[in-house]
Amino acid sequence: MFEALSDRFDGIFKRLRGRGRLSDKDVDEVLREIRLALLEADVNFKVVKSLIERIRQRCLSEDLSKSLTPSQQVIKIVNEELTQTLGGETMRVSYAPKPPTVVLMAGLQGSGKTTNAAKLARWFKQQGRNPLMVGADLQRPAAVEQLRTLGSQIDVPVYSRPADPVTVARDGVEQARDLGRDVVVVDTAGRLAIDEEMMEQVRQISGAVDPDYTFLVVDAMTGQDAVTVAESFHETLDLDGVILTKLDGDARGGAALSVKEVVGKPIAFASVGEKIEDFEQFHPDRLAGRILGMGDMLTLIEKAEEAYEQEEAEKAAERLLEGTFTLEDFLDQMQAIKKMGPLNNVIGMLPGVPKEIKDVEIDDREIARLEAIIRSMTPEERIDPDVIDGSRRSRIARGSGAQPGDVSQFVKQFKEMRKMMQGMGGPLRRKKKKGKKNRKGSRVTPKGSASKTPQRKLTLPGLDELEAGLDRLEGQGLPDLRRPV
Amino acid sequence: MTMLTVVVVAVALAIVIGALAGLVISRSRRQRALLEPPPRAPMPAPPEVVEEVEAPPEVVEEVEAPPEAVEEVEAPPVKPTFRERLSKARGLLSGYVSSVLSRSSIDEATWEELEEALIRADVGIGTTQDLLEAVRREVETEGLSEPSQVLDCLKSHLKQELADPIELHYADAESPSVWLFVGVNGVGKTTTIGKLGRRAQLDGKSVVMAAGDTFRAAAAEQLQMWAKRVGAELVRGNEGGDPSAVIFDAVARADARGFDLVLADTAGRLHTKTNLMEELRKVRRVADKGAGEVAEVLLVIDATTGQNGLVQAQQFADAVEVTGVVLTKLDGSAKGGIVLAIRKELGIPVKLVGLGEGPDDLVDFDAGQFVDALFE
Repeated sequence: MFEALSDRFDGIFKRLRGRGRLSDKDVDEVLREIRLALLEADVNFKVVKSLIERIRQRCLSEDLSKSLTPSQQVIKIVNEELTQTLGGETMRVSYAPKPPTVVLMAGLQGSGKTTNAAKLARWFKQQGRNPLMVGADLQRPAAVEQLRTLGSQIDVPVYSRPADPVTVARDGVEQARDLGRDVVVVDTAGRLAIDEEMMEQVRQISGAVDPDYTFLVVDAMTGQDAVTVAESFHETLDLDGVILTKLDGDARGGAALSVKEVVGKPIAFASVGEKIEDFEQFHPDRLAGRILGMGDMLTLIEKAEEAYEQEEAEKAAERLLEGTFTLEDFLDQMQAIKKMGPLNNVIGMLPGVPKEIKDVEIDDREIARLEAIIRSMTPEERIDPDVIDGSRRSRIARGSGAQPGDVSQFVKQFKEMRKMMQGMGGPLRRKKKKGKKNRKGSRVTPKGSASKTPQRKLTLPGLDELEAGLDRLEGQGLPDLRRPV
Repeated sequence: MTMLTVVVVAVALAIVIGALAGLVISRSRRQRALLEPPPRAPMPAPPEVVEEVEAPPEVVEEVEAPPEAVEEVEAPPVKPTFRERLSKARGLLSGYVSSVLSRSSIDEATWEELEEALIRADVGIGTTQDLLEAVRREVETEGLSEPSQVLDCLKSHLKQELADPIELHYADAESPSVWLFVGVNGVGKTTTIGKLGRRAQLDGKSVVMAAGDTFRAAAAEQLQMWAKRVGAELVRGNEGGDPSAVIFDAVARADARGFDLVLADTAGRLHTKTNLMEELRKVRRVADKGAGEVAEVLLVIDATTGQNGLVQAQQFADAVEVTGVVLTKLDGSAKGGIVLAIRKELGIPVKLVGLGEGPDDLVDFDAGQFVDALFE
């Protein structure tokens, strides 16, 4: 449904190859596409306007580098602007000299305050602190029950009683002081930014507990309204940071950009899953890639990671490079891919895959058919398909319910694929070697046009992008790629 | 391109990704292993602290029946209208409207402002451009020249787009009807069921609520409070239990006791989680298996949702044949324009609208009022 920005660029930039500088008209055309991509990613249109202006200035003023295609150059600029806007400075949490350090959670209904109060408490616990949670959401039925259940899961006490939320919050902090708890996380009821009465209430809660940190909890799926919400809450509470939730979905998360631009405070944490431990400090560069439509690749790598056994993947990689990949391996890998979801989705997430392939409706039963063909082969045939002669072919066809023609076509396709992958061995090995010395290196742009160098004729589409993307990931230190175990 | 080629290429690509991910990850893991700090000593949490802080028993009672909730149940139902509720949020888009109207003629700036207004309402760029294209054509063929005519033309296009029959269906036979509620996390499924239970009771239907959200902490408690508040039966299972079983039991209970309607809650799930969507398919299948019949599958969408709402709708529709949308939290400053994209792209109508947290704040969708509100 969404088109990655790079796909949109491809057509435009085909015409621009070889030019040293982009003309005003070229830039206008490109910026129109960027604008659409940002709007599709739910970045607020006012923020889009100012971003586009900044990008325009840079596109017109900077000379195009020789080593990058115009497409890569522009994406680099866009990526840098986005990352910068999202905030270079990562939030550093410091603690009140006189404990407890008080943290107030605020936000709309359903943004995930209660869940994230517990996630944050767990995070503090990991930092070696002794948190206490205060359930000051007495509005939603069973909100306090939810907090208590979560509290018992992470072994953090919860204070609440049926009274006015302001009193409960104040007493909660008092309680923490008595119990020697050094961090207090106050959960509040969800409220609409335009509900004056409720906004006044949260202002009073804030006044009563005098928080060291006030976090706005924002759903990554929020649309244009994120700006209005952030403005009102910031006006009322003087926010210190933002917690971005539900980032494990496929929303582009442009709302984060809007909120950051409006509030001017860092996005401190990101919630990346339903489990309590799926919570981490925020990485601006990763979200920038996602807003531009380059983040799908990361998702895919995560999925691949879930589906693949570590050793198995490494061995498969080895055999790939050596060109000793057999039909048996192919069968194994197909099983792993099946775990990643429908083949169409998997393909859709791959960067740089030609449209003709992406647009084909793939019938997943096709995989089953291929499986049947391979399973009807003897071990010998699986290792060396060249031994398959006429009689073997008709036996395999009978065994798998396929036509003999299907069998030979498949074997032919498989051999071609193996050749392609061997061709890739070159760049892959190179990458392995250069990997360590050139980590933060020159390849800033994972996306762009297909490679032009002749020796890469046999590479699969998207490999360049993938390599560069992985380089980028490594540059970031990778832990963000992995769910904490 | 034959299917076979595509599949083989696809598998090849996926293998490459897996292999590369494997290489990189194993490398980084090795590096990380070296950097891993020594394990911290576990923080001792004295158990008596937890005890002390734990709420006294009267908490539960009071929370379960807040006095104002009881009053609300007793009060005669006053159905809020869009207009009353949305008055607070007015002014957000009115700037565009007055700007468009202030012009003496229709020019490019007019179209740009209309585009911005629709985007600001989360209609989405694609749908917005399609809509404006149609309006542009009509303006040309009809020879309209007044800005106000353009605005009226756009509004009538939008109203047409959204004008669907909105009634909620019941099973034909004697068997109980099942309405299944699905959606991503935090959109308001449980609250919607609570409010809808109240509406159904007022319409003379007897209701069983099925606490099919067995994942989120205290989700069943939340629904239980609603059931109590509106006087409905509740069927619940164990936390972490099988949601299909809970809903199956609720249908059986409804059938045995001659109840009309089962409102089945499900856990919020992101549409990207393959296994959870698979679970939902099963819930849908099992709900149809017993004496009941699934008459509605309602996708609950939060009005603040941006363009991801369309993808959500697509995925849920693919998994469980969504019959309608419930648009919640429309009493805030968000306009919920994504339902236009959902209707246009997927043909799923909006049936209900949530306008607040009270038991009566759930109303039938009204295309006319919704569209007028978009521009107020």
